[in-house]
Amino acid sequence: MRDDSRVRAGRALRLSLLIALAFLFLIPFYLLVRNGLSAESDITSPEWTFFPSSLRWGNVKELFDDTSVPFARSLLNSSLIAVATTLGTLLLASLAGYGLARIPYRHANKVFYAILGTLMVPASVTFVPSFVLVSSLGWVSTLRGLIVPTLFSAFACFVFRQYFLGFPRELEDAARVDGLGYWRTYWRVVVPNSRPVFAAVGTIVFIGAWNSFLWPLVIGQDRNAWTVQVALSSFTTSQVIRLHELFIAAAVSIVPLLVVFLFFQRWIVAGVERSGIDD
Amino acid sequence: MTTAARDDRQATGRRKLWGHQNRTLWFWVFVGPFVLGLGIFTYIPLGWSVYLSFFDAHNTVTPSDFVGFGNYTAMLQNEAFTDSLWTFLVFSLFIVPATYALSLALALMVHRQRRAQAFFRSVFFLPAACSYVVAALIWKMSIFNGVRFGLANTVLGWFGGDQIAWLSTTDPPWYWAVIVTVRLWLQAGFYMVLFLAGLQRISPTLYEAAAVDGARPGWQVFRHITFPQLKATSVAVVLLLVINAFQAFDEFYNLLSDSRGYPPYARPPLVYLYYTALGQGQNLGLGSAGAVLLALIIAVVTVGQAKWFGLGKKEAE
Repeated sequence: MRDDSRVRAGRALRLSLLIALAFLFLIPFYLLVRNGLSAESDITSPEWTFFPSSLRWGNVKELFDDTSVPFARSLLNSSLIAVATTLGTLLLASLAGYGLARIPYRHANKVFYAILGTLMVPASVTFVPSFVLVSSLGWVSTLRGLIVPTLFSAFACFVFRQYFLGFPRELEDAARVDGLGYWRTYWRVVVPNSRPVFAAVGTIVFIGAWNSFLWPLVIGQDRNAWTVQVALSSFTTSQVIRLHELFIAAAVSIVPLLVVFLFFQRWIVAGVERSGIDD
Repeated sequence: MTTAARDDRQATGRRKLWGHQNRTLWFWVFVGPFVLGLGIFTYIPLGWSVYLSFFDAHNTVTPSDFVGFGNYTAMLQNEAFTDSLWTFLVFSLFIVPATYALSLALALMVHRQRRAQAFFRSVFFLPAACSYVVAALIWKMSIFNGVRFGLANTVLGWFGGDQIAWLSTTDPPWYWAVIVTVRLWLQAGFYMVLFLAGLQRISPTLYEAAAVDGARPGWQVFRHITFPQLKATSVAVVLLLVINAFQAFDEFYNLLSDSRGYPPYARPPLVYLYYTALGQGQNLGLGSAGAVLLALIIAVVTVGQAKWFGLGKKEAE
């Protein structure tokens, strides 16, 4: 009996700890929305209160009406970049991953190690030479310069290769009996049966592209090439800050991501589990 | 006879499609575009970086004056650069153990929580969708604002504490609290998922055996079963944490710089490199030398860590 009550007490303790931590983890999101929908005086008031004195939905309109801030443009840029990067990465990395996993070739291992080796060199350390290369191509402040260099993700290629190594051979054998070559087998049999891994990698790449900051900061020197993250950052470091606009802009910038994230969360978790990084 | 011959011809046709002579071609059709892009956008910049690092290259990508290892010695003697390495060291001494402990604790609690497990997992994982820029904004302008309207100072006030100028004072260095908590919030949920995956792979029979052996649930089981079984996950988590700490840029840049520029303290290596290579001087030769040094340090640390944990064995298989 005593043990029983001890277990129950332990369970209650754990649950209350979890609730307290969940509250702490959610507070920053709450602050983002609270400040975004407040009057500026509510954000800067010395008498800080949990709820603002009034909710101002007009802040959203004010943000997009403000011509001194290229916010709508930066949203468009970020959307184009994130979508193009995701589709391009999925195509290139999945093809490469399949080739490495399934097409016998004498030097396949060497090619694989050459790809894996780039994982050792973090992209953020190569930003100086990459900037040199992209600027000598004349791609600074262009969408090309922001998208193309990021399309070759060794991580994505690695995940696809690991996944295709475990892909059931019987399905491919059936395609082989039907006389399909590598190319058509890939598109008609392998891809349609691999949707979860495409969703997982796609979500991770999309979030990474939307949130990336250093590369867009380096390449997007012209205001017209700013991404959402660069635009937000430039507001926080500028002298004149309209705080409520800044917060509503940040809140708007995470909406598409939260939708993608909550919708595909299952696949991110599965993708993390399957990536084999902890095997 | 004729049908047999046709079968035969079809068989050869099929063998051609899948056969030896075409494999090399198809391999490169699949892998070629990726390798080509990786070559252009990773290997060429790397090589160019090494090349540039031996030249004096201000404001230009076509260097003229060969300076040998001059950029390297200048970099290593530069106090700002060595300071940036100390910043990284201090930062990782805070963030690696803190993230490790918090994400493992979250995973253990969420794993055992039956009711509303998905809810808690989502809540802790949710910050992973937030960018460092947005998180830094919330931390800088709302929670840790140096003046009175910040949340942290409001809470301190409730308990009668003095107000703290979180980001604008170096003594005592309160800015570490801001920098560490923002990253902790953003990445703990991701590593929690890694640990959850590891926990799911532990066979229940191990726990049954432990119960038979009289191990008390709780600390004993954790120490003798759960923790050793999570070794592979732990190694991966620590490795990733260190590599990611090395690449810290976004939150430092967004929390500490303002319209006047970046303060001279708390510059991790990438922030320092950013200002050296792309700041006013546009010293690309020096910046390249710094990038090469940093890449070498990361490689040595990563390989050393992997060796130390005995990771190499598995890859050799």
